[in-house]
Amino acid sequence: MTIIGYFFLLVGASFYALGGLGMFRMPDVFNRLQAGTKATTLGTISLLFGVGMLHPEWMLKILLIIVFLTITNPVSSSTLARSAYLAKVKTKTKKDDLKLLLNGDDDDD
Amino acid sequence: MRKFLSAFVVFWLIWSVLSGFRMQDVLIGAVVSLVLSFVVSRYLSFSFDFRIFYKVFLFIVIYIPVFLYRMVLANLDMARRVLSPSIPLNPGFVKVKTKIKSKTGKLTLANSITLTPGTMSVEVDEETIYVHWVDVQGEEKEEYSKEISGSFENILGGIFR
Repeated sequence: MTIIGYFFLLVGASFYALGGLGMFRMPDVFNRLQAGTKATTLGTISLLFGVGMLHPEWMLKILLIIVFLTITNPVSSSTLARSAYLAKVKTKTKKDDLKLLLNGDDDDD
Repeated sequence: MRKFLSAFVVFWLIWSVLSGFRMQDVLIGAVVSLVLSFVVSRYLSFSFDFRIFYKVFLFIVIYIPVFLYRMVLANLDMARRVLSPSIPLNPGFVKVKTKIKSKTGKLTLANSITLTPGTMSVEVDEETIYVHWVDVQGEEKEEYSKEISGSFENILGGIFR
């Protein structure tokens, strides 16, 4: 049990490290958000699960925290990406279907 | 009335899990959730009835394993991209059609898209989800939908309708 718990802690920490590296290396804001969101979500789930393994009496609360986190974390990243798009942040994207919607002439091709 | 009862059950469950299952905590939780759900129930947009047990069961048994598997894949994919010397990227925004009508279903679908390999939902419309994709493959809308949301669309469509 203890070993499994520490294993999950290690996995979570390494995903955090990869997410930080991704934030540093990615070229524009949307790709950075992608790296950040995925790494922090799975990293936090893994960390919390490891803590729950080490302290089994906290497991129920930790599962509740994981549920809330999985609902709210992607929503926040989506909101950040949407506002970055609306603020016309420079991107390196080649294909852009979103322009149609926000310019108001959605011709629904 | 149904919204009121749904809110009451949800608040009471959360209170009980967070504070423990002793007698005095559960009673105080009942009082607090009663007052709170009386105040906020008119602003809520969700409600459920007894079929919720069946739905939650389906959700846990079918959806959660697929979701966890795809999420681990997403992180490994991201790690591969980050660690390779020349970052392999071909980013773009694409449209994905969805047939799911309920708000909760669409929220879950958008969140699933965000946490699966290489994609992040940016904007949700009546029946369209706009997705930022790190590595765009294919040309047609049908290919996008199949690639991005196919499995989740089927699973969630069966649960939320």
